Amino acid sequence: KRSIDRRRRRRRRRRRRGGGRRRREGSDQTRRFFFWRTRRRRQGKVVFCFLFFVLWGWVDQNKRSERDHEEEGSMLASERKPQGFDFDLCKRNDWLEKQGLKTLKPWSTGTTICGVVFKDGVVLGADTRSTAGETVADKNCEKIHFMAPNIYCCGAGTAADTENVTGMISSQLELHRFRTGRESRVVTSLTLLKSHLFRYQGYISAALVLGGVDCKGPHLFTVFPHGSTDALPFCTMGSGSLNAMAVYESGYKEDMTKEEAMELTKRAIRAGIFNDLGSGSNVDLCVITADGAEYLRNIDMPNPRTFTAVPAPFKIGSTPVLKSKDLPVPSLETQVTVETTATAMDMS
Amino acid sequence: MNTLKGTDGGPHTGTTIVAVAYDGGVVLGADSRVSTGTYVSNRASNKITSLCDKVFLCRSGSAAHTEAISDYVRFYTSQHASEIGQGKEPTVKSVASILKQMSYSNKGLMAAMIVAGYDKKMGGQVFGSPIGGTMVEMPWAIEGSGSTYIWSFFDDEYKEGMSREETERLVLEGIAHAMARDGSSGGLVRLVTVDKDGAKSQVFQGKDVPMILGDMAEPKSNAATVVW
Repeated sequence: KRSIDRRRRRRRRRRRRGGGRRRREGSDQTRRFFFWRTRRRRQGKVVFCFLFFVLWGWVDQNKRSERDHEEEGSMLASERKPQGFDFDLCKRNDWLEKQGLKTLKPWSTGTTICGVVFKDGVVLGADTRSTAGETVADKNCEKIHFMAPNIYCCGAGTAADTENVTGMISSQLELHRFRTGRESRVVTSLTLLKSHLFRYQGYISAALVLGGVDCKGPHLFTVFPHGSTDALPFCTMGSGSLNAMAVYESGYKEDMTKEEAMELTKRAIRAGIFNDLGSGSNVDLCVITADGAEYLRNIDMPNPRTFTAVPAPFKIGSTPVLKSKDLPVPSLETQVTVETTATAMDMS
Repeated sequence: MNTLKGTDGGPHTGTTIVAVAYDGGVVLGADSRVSTGTYVSNRASNKITSLCDKVFLCRSGSAAHTEAISDYVRFYTSQHASEIGQGKEPTVKSVASILKQMSYSNKGLMAAMIVAGYDKKMGGQVFGSPIGGTMVEMPWAIEGSGSTYIWSFFDDEYKEGMSREETERLVLEGIAHAMARDGSSGGLVRLVTVDKDGAKSQVFQGKDVPMILGDMAEPKSNAATVVW
């Protein structure tokens, strides 16, 4: 063993004594071989790295288009993702409610709305009670919405839905008026409403009575939340619709005058106000003729406040005065100057 | 009156619709009742809608679905009519095919319909299209909830080679029989007759509708069938 160690030490010493690395001198051929071998190896490494990045980029491109298009889905009906409302959070909301979180109830216009066609136009009527569950949320809300200068729409169902749907279609009608340069037709607003509601398959809870007068005469339609419509000479919607319909069925006749139609509609809405718990407060009317629309807000108020709050009167001197101090009020001078521009704005 | 409810399906044309072909045209008939649950939301509706000049569609099932389908089919039919050229009219079969493709591709729709009309090539034709998207040419077709009560009536009474008046009478009686027994059918009876000269529509109510009494004694007035 000792001899082996000595041999090893001698070899190490010999190597160190050599100075730097002592290479065996090879021939030209071997030198050229080694030179090109290292060169090729380096090139190979470069090419390999290049190809690696190219491949990575290509795979990533494919993955990116997959990422971008994963929402589109396929054309097959079976593979298509469901469109429309997303109800994923409903389970979470139910769980939160069970934990005790009180959710806001949506305001509903449990309501009586109606409309009737008379000789020269249409009369629309509505009550003014808005409920959130069993509480009255708004004692005097407006249920007759503006659609166009010659078209108005009463809304029953969820207040948010009716207001937003009528507002959206009203804007679309205005843009259409700018585009065509003509008065809006009632059937245009009917088609816009029904196609919007049908797309949402009844989840937009808006039951509407649409009435107006256009170049073709007076029109009255009902629109149901699922998107079906009816064209009728008189119609009612809402929770008080049966009450109002009873009045209309017994009182309607063809070619009524404006006053007769208004009186009949007021009676119909009153029937809803007094016999239906979801309707109440006052009567709104809207009379539309070829000359224009008259919005009669709170034309009938059959539910005045019985007892108003009156502060209890106290005799002067019933409260003893301990100290009094007079403070001077500084005099305030206000001056308003109106500047008129040199040339008035041209409004032509 | 209350908070958001789940959808209840909406108005339904629980109905009776009939179409019978005769030599020279077709007669389509329907009642006029549209119900939302147990409430009749429209007692005078028109369930026979025109798709083009000489082709009509009888609708039954969900009111919203059938109205939407008929709007689409009317649009595609008018496009087709302008494509085939000014002198030609769309055939009943091509209109029925358009309807069938819509019905078959959208299986969620609750729509049972009858397409009927007249064209120069084949005369009067009736195509029945129940729920699902089938389309079958038949000499007569009935659909709707009230149709179950009048299958035997039509099986017995239909004869080939009837005249126009006989066919109209047959359709009117059939619908009257269905309205007498089906709660979802009632109101007026609307008839549309289509022949080479075009379409003519009629409305029957009150004493014009045959009274189907069965064992009942004859009433003093026929207020039950009067709509206004």
